[in-house]
Amino acid sequence: MVEREGIRRYVAHVILWVGIAVVAFPVYLAFVASTQDNAVIANGQMSLLPGSHFLETYYRTIFVGTSGTTREPVGMMLFNSLIMAMSIALGKIFISILSAYAIVFFRFPFRMTVFWIIFITLMLPVEVRIYPTYKIAADLNLLDSYSGLALPLIASATATLLFRQFFMTVPDELLEASRIDGAGPFRFFKDTLLPLSRTNMAALFVILFIYGWNQYLWPLLITTRDDMQTIQVGIRKMIVTSDALTEWPIVMATAILAMLPPVFVVIVMQKLFVRGLVETEK
Amino acid sequence: MQKQATFNSRWLPWLLIAPQMIVVLVFFYWPAGQAVLQSFLLQDAFGLSTTFVWFENYKELFADPDYFATIVRTFAFAFAIALSSLSLSLLLAVMADKPLRGSAIYRTLLIWPYAVAPPVAGVLWVFMLNPSLGVLAHGLRAMGVDWNPLLDGNQAAALIILASAWKQISYNFLFFLAGLQSIPRSVHEAAAIDGARPMRRFWTVTFPLLTPTIFFLIVVNIVYAFFDTFGVIDTMTRGGPAKATETLVYKVYVDGLLGGNLGGSAAQSVILMGLVIVLTAIQFRFVERKVTY
Amino acid sequence: MANVTLRNVRKTYPGGVEAIKGITFDVPDGQFCVLVGPSGCGKSTLLRMVAGLETVTSGEIDIGGRVVNQVEPADRDIAMVFQNYALYPHMSVYNNMAYGLRNRGMAKPEIDKRVREAAQILEIGPMLERKPRQLSGGQRQRVAMGRAIVRQPKVFLFDEPLSNLDAKLRIAMRVEIRKLQRRLNTTSIYVTHDQLEAMTLADILVVMNGGVVEQIGNPLDIYQKPATTFVASFIGAPPMNLTPLRGDEAGIRFTSGGSVPAGTILGVRPEDLTVSTGDAPEGGVSYDLIVEAIERVGAETFVYGSRSGAKEAAAVSAKPGELPPGEIIVRIPGQAAPAIGAAIRAVAPRDKLHLFAADGRSRIDL
Repeated sequence: MVEREGIRRYVAHVILWVGIAVVAFPVYLAFVASTQDNAVIANGQMSLLPGSHFLETYYRTIFVGTSGTTREPVGMMLFNSLIMAMSIALGKIFISILSAYAIVFFRFPFRMTVFWIIFITLMLPVEVRIYPTYKIAADLNLLDSYSGLALPLIASATATLLFRQFFMTVPDELLEASRIDGAGPFRFFKDTLLPLSRTNMAALFVILFIYGWNQYLWPLLITTRDDMQTIQVGIRKMIVTSDALTEWPIVMATAILAMLPPVFVVIVMQKLFVRGLVETEK
Repeated sequence: MQKQATFNSRWLPWLLIAPQMIVVLVFFYWPAGQAVLQSFLLQDAFGLSTTFVWFENYKELFADPDYFATIVRTFAFAFAIALSSLSLSLLLAVMADKPLRGSAIYRTLLIWPYAVAPPVAGVLWVFMLNPSLGVLAHGLRAMGVDWNPLLDGNQAAALIILASAWKQISYNFLFFLAGLQSIPRSVHEAAAIDGARPMRRFWTVTFPLLTPTIFFLIVVNIVYAFFDTFGVIDTMTRGGPAKATETLVYKVYVDGLLGGNLGGSAAQSVILMGLVIVLTAIQFRFVERKVTY
Repeated sequence: MANVTLRNVRKTYPGGVEAIKGITFDVPDGQFCVLVGPSGCGKSTLLRMVAGLETVTSGEIDIGGRVVNQVEPADRDIAMVFQNYALYPHMSVYNNMAYGLRNRGMAKPEIDKRVREAAQILEIGPMLERKPRQLSGGQRQRVAMGRAIVRQPKVFLFDEPLSNLDAKLRIAMRVEIRKLQRRLNTTSIYVTHDQLEAMTLADILVVMNGGVVEQIGNPLDIYQKPATTFVASFIGAPPMNLTPLRGDEAGIRFTSGGSVPAGTILGVRPEDLTVSTGDAPEGGVSYDLIVEAIERVGAETFVYGSRSGAKEAAAVSAKPGELPPGEIIVRIPGQAAPAIGAAIRAVAPRDKLHLFAADGRSRIDL
C-alpha cells in the first residue's frame, strides 16, 4: 500500500533497532565485563568498551575456574551440560518415536489407555513433583549420575505427541504399498517412516537440546559433587552475596559460555528451531 | 484418531511402548502419586510415625497468611511478566511483519534470547543492576532513585519481572510474528480499500484476528512465570528480601530444603499440580481455536 | 498367471455396517475385470479385500487355485496401483520400483534388469534417479505402474489409478494401461467410478451398487441389455430416459400380444430417439416435448425436453444421473437443433425399447 510508506518504514526500522539494542545490551555488557579486570569492576568503574583481559579471563574460566567459590573449571561444567542436553534430546526422541509408532500403526488392547497415560505427563513439569522425584532418584542410586540428570526430564509426552501428529499425516496407502512390497513393521519403520521423519526429528532435537541445556532446578538438587555440576548450576554458585568475593569477569565469561551453544543452535538452525517450537506447542 | 491401515502383532507394540512407559511410570506417576499420598499424611517431629490426616495439611496451608501471600505474589508476578513481555513483543512483531529490507536479520537478532537459560538471564541482570557496581544501577542513582533491591522488596520484585520478561520477549515475538503472517494479505488490503487508516486497521482487523494467538501466549507466559522464573529468582534474590520475591515454586523448593514438614510440602506440590492442570486445560481450549486463521 | 474367484464374499465392519453383501464372480486368467459403481458402493473395499488390505468377514477369495483369505498381502503375489500412487517420497524412482524386489531377496542384477525393462516399457528411463516430487502427475502414475509390473505378479489391482490426472492425460493413460495389460497378459482387476473408463477397459464389467453386484458381463452386452434401472442409468452418458408407463400407452405390447402392466418402467437411450414429425413406428413410442435446454458438444447435440402434461408423473428410482420426472434427453447428431420453447416429437422404434419391472430390479423382455 502506498500511503506514507516512507515514514512508516523509517519508524519501523528505528523501533526494531531499539528493540534489538534492549534485548542485546545485557549480553554486550556481560561480554565487556568478561574482558576487564575484576578490581575495576568491583570499584564500579567499569568501561562500556571491551578491555584487554579477554584471553586471560576465558583461559582461566574454562581450565581453572573461580578460586573462591566453585573451584571447578567451567570446561568440565560445559561437558556435563553437553552430556545432559544430548541425553535428554536423544533419549526423548528415541523413546517417543517408538511409542508413537506403536500407538499410531498398531491396534492393540488398551491402546487408548496407554496414550492417555503418556499424554497426561504433558501437563506437569518436573518442578511440581521435585522432591518425590528426588527421593526416587536417590533410592535408585541416581544422584550425581548422568542418567539421574536426564531420565526424569525425559518423562514427558511432548515428543510423543509431535511424532503421533506427524505419523497421522502419513497416507495409509504408503503403509499398504509397503505391505504389498513385502515390508513388515521393522522394515516399514526403518525404510519409510524414519527417513520421512528426519526433519521432524531434527526440529525436535533443536528444541530438546535447548530445553536440556537450560535445565536448572533438577540438576541443582541431584548433583552434589562439584565435578558433576552443570554450567547453569555452576554459574549460580559463583555469585556470592558479599560482592567482594564474586569474580565478575569469570562469572560473565561463564554466562557467555553458557549461552553460546544454545544461541548458536538457534541462529544456525533457525528454520528447524522455529518449526520445532511451533510444532511442540500445538 | 487412528489409522485405517495398521500392522498386527500381539507383542511388538508393547515392546515399542515399554521404554517410554517405564520412564513415565517411574519418574512421573510414582513421584506424583507419592506427592498426593504424602499430602494426606502427617509425620511426627522425629520422623518416627506417620498418620493419615485427610485434608489437614491443606487446611493448615490455606490458614497460613504467608502461603496466601505467596499465591497472590505469584499471580501478580505472572501478570506483570506477561503484560510487559507481550506488549513489547507485539510491538516488535508488528514492525517486523512489515515488508522491510533486512527483516530476516531483524528476526534472527530478536529470537536468540530464547536460548538463554533463566539463571543466566538472572546473572546478566543482577550484574547490571547490582547496587554497588551495576552500570544501570549507577544510572538510576544518577536519576535520583534510591536503588537497593537487596533491601527493598518492590525493587527486588521489579528486578525479577524485568529479567523474566526480557527472556520471554523472543518467544512471544516469534509466535506473534507467525500469527501476523498467517493473516492473509487480502484482509489488510480489503480494510485499506474500506478506508481504514493504518492505526485503525491494526485495532479493528489485525488485533481481533490475533486474539487466539494472544490468549494462547497469555497462558504460556503465565506457566512460564510460574515455573521457569525459578532460575531467575534463585540467582537474583533467592526469594528475598524477606520473601518479597518468593513464588509458589520457590517456596516448595525452600520449604523442602529446610526439611521438616513433609506433608505440607507435598500439599504445596499437589496444589501446584492442580494449578498447572487448570492452565493446561485452558491452553488446550485456545490451542484448538488457534487454527482459525 | 492366475484366475481370481470370489465366492459369496462378505464384509461387515465392527460397527455392524455391511459393506459387501455376498459377492460371487470369476475373472479368468489374463482377463481385464473392471468394478464400476458410484462412490460408497463397496468396489474399493472389494478390491482391497482381494489385495489382503481388508479382512474377509465370510466367503472365499481364491487366487490361482489357492484360497488367500488368511494370506498376507505380500504373499498373495499381487501388485497394486493406488489412487494417490503411494510412492515412497524419500526414494528415487529406481528404488521405488526395486524396493519390493529387494524385500523379497532378489539378486541385484535381476532387480536391475527388471527395473530397466519396466522403465523402458513405461518410457521413464531418464527419470530413474529422480524423486517422486520432481515428477509430473502422469510420470508418477507411470512409476506406480512400474512398481507393479517389475514384480511380475499373478494379478494387477488398480484402485482408481487415473482419477488424479487431468482429462486428456486420463484418456491417454487409459489406452496405455489397456495396451500394457494385453502385452503382459496379466489378470487385472480395476476399480473406477467412471463408466466411460469402465466401458473402454473391461473384458468383464462388474456393476456394483450398495454392496451388491447389479450386473456382470461383457460391457457391450450390459449396455445393450441392462438388467436393472440402476445399470440402465449408470452405464451410458447421458443416462437412459426412464419413464413409468400408465398402462394406456398405445402401441407398446408384448410380442405375445398381451399389454404391458401399469407401473412398468420404460427406458429409451437418448441416442435411440429421433426427432420426427410423423407418428412412432409400429410398436414404438413417441414423446411430445417442449424444448427446455440445448447442449451443443460439436459432433452431437443434446436436447432436453419436458413432456407436455407429464410433469406430475412419479419419479423413477434411478439414482445416478436421475432425470427430473417428465424430462427426456434426445441426442441429435451434428449441430442442427430446434429452438428453445419449440414443440417437437421424439420417436423410437420397438427394438430400441427397454422394459423394467416397477421396482427397477429386473428387466422384462418385450
